[in-house]
Amino acid sequence: MRPRPRPVDLPGVRKQLVAWIARQASEDALRWLQDRCAEIAGGAPVAKCFLAFSGAPRRIPKDTLALDETDLARASALRPGWNPANWSVDEAARALLVLSRPADDENAWIRMAEQLFSTADARESAALYRMLPLYPFPERFRARAAEGIRSNMASVFQAVAHRNPYPSEHFDEGAWNQMILKALFTGSVLHKIIGLDARSNPTLARMLVDYARERWAAGRAVSPELWRPVGPFAAERHLPDLRRVLRAGDEAEQEAATLALAQANAPAAGELLGAFPRLKQRIDAGELTWESFSRNRIEGMA
Amino acid sequence: MISRTTDDYEVMRAGGVAAVIEPAFWLGQPRTTVGAFKDYFSMIVGWERFRAAQFGVRHYCAIGLNAKEANNEPLADEVMELLPLYAAKEGVVAIGEIGYDDMTPAEDKYYRLQLELAKELDMLVLIHTPHRNKKEGTSRSMDACDDMGLAPDRVIVDHNNEETVREVLDRGYWAAFTIYPFTKMGNERMVEIVREYGPERIFIDSAADWGVSDPLAVPKTARLMAERGIPEDAIRAVTYDNALAAYGQSGQFSEKDWLEPAPIDQRDLYGGNSVLRGGQAPVVQEKGLIIE
Repeated sequence: MRPRPRPVDLPGVRKQLVAWIARQASEDALRWLQDRCAEIAGGAPVAKCFLAFSGAPRRIPKDTLALDETDLARASALRPGWNPANWSVDEAARALLVLSRPADDENAWIRMAEQLFSTADARESAALYRMLPLYPFPERFRARAAEGIRSNMASVFQAVAHRNPYPSEHFDEGAWNQMILKALFTGSVLHKIIGLDARSNPTLARMLVDYARERWAAGRAVSPELWRPVGPFAAERHLPDLRRVLRAGDEAEQEAATLALAQANAPAAGELLGAFPRLKQRIDAGELTWESFSRNRIEGMA
Repeated sequence: MISRTTDDYEVMRAGGVAAVIEPAFWLGQPRTTVGAFKDYFSMIVGWERFRAAQFGVRHYCAIGLNAKEANNEPLADEVMELLPLYAAKEGVVAIGEIGYDDMTPAEDKYYRLQLELAKELDMLVLIHTPHRNKKEGTSRSMDACDDMGLAPDRVIVDHNNEETVREVLDRGYWAAFTIYPFTKMGNERMVEIVREYGPERIFIDSAADWGVSDPLAVPKTARLMAERGIPEDAIRAVTYDNALAAYGQSGQFSEKDWLEPAPIDQRDLYGGNSVLRGGQAPVVQEKGLIIE
């Protein structure tokens, strides 16, 4: 199910961004940034905004924004689902510059954003996509976000797909399914996708199993994460595929297949699961979950 | 580099090329819309940089309106409006290639406008000197920089030859030489120029475009210089150090980018771990018959 888009406390977001940037940028750089934001907020020509946006990393560090649990909780309070855990300081500065532009004229705002997107280099693109959940007029960015999913640059793709609540709130089923499939296709992990379980659907499950068979036919490996969105929609005809994983897969794949089977409604799923009592026991005891699997098998491998 | 194949990147990397600067130029036929320029600029700051990184080569660029296409004035005006959108981007080391082709009034107008832009944005300039009437064109290119009050040591004059190098050096500019078969400079001549003028403020670049050109021209010329008795420190200066010193003034081009790559940045996913570290021998992987 598609969650409703959440409201953004924009003044709160801007204030919070300044506070975070101030911890890691020099005084001079922060002053430069705040001067540019004041100009932009005061209605400076849009060219000023473009130059400041492009030039931000010449002054603001590219280090990862140092955020603790309290900071992340604040982010989520300002915009439910907003998770800047992997933002860089200059990305935060770029967000601040863009969000300083007055949003009183919707079309003018969209024109500015479109020009930024259409002339962006790779890091700028990533920054622009990462701030999707913060934009005013979010519904105007659906086509643009789908374009980000088509990118062949992993950094740009992941800026849309990972730790970003926008796709789960705005993508229709077709765009959502393409995003999941493309993540697997390009070697991006699934568990960082917000709404992965909630937005799963029977069509996606079918596409994923087809994809797994295609990979096997080519003698290529299949990410065990593939079975997570399949699980709740695994039909009778998918059980031979899961049986294959349980018999021939490595430990991680076997864990993933049992987790999927444990969620499946197909009557024969329980029977198949029963043939693997050791894994079933770990699931029943709450030791093996998709969360523990992501932690130990996916992140542990990276 | 947008005309080159992945095989080119592989041999460049194997040949010891750590970084490339791709100057904006024309595409072999004139563009007819400003959108074509926009997509081109986006490509050399975006996709091409990403593509190069896949092969462990760092990619930088210069942004500018080339002399040939400056002759389409209505289009040139639109391109001038586009330049500030790209000039300040990361990895843009200069405004360039700009300068003269036929030395028409239109070329002069847009060349000077771009020198002004460089001055306003405190950026370096990369000058393309013309194929025809080169000596006069080179002098005039530097005259315009002098008129604008640009510091000569912040201007790189490219495609020099035996006839232009003396004046460029005497006037305090950087003298770059593009090794380009048949038209610009062959590398045996280059060896003799380095022997005659020494390494100061001189450096060599490879043409690697859609014409007959060799992306390994710099490493090949380095080897030829060694074989013909040019001292090692002079070879290093004209194939590495001087280019770093010249373009490094932009603040966008540093040896650290490839010698001390940041721990793999999950945001960029550049091939940081596959970039050659200092002292590490380049490896050539022989490709087999099997395509997986």
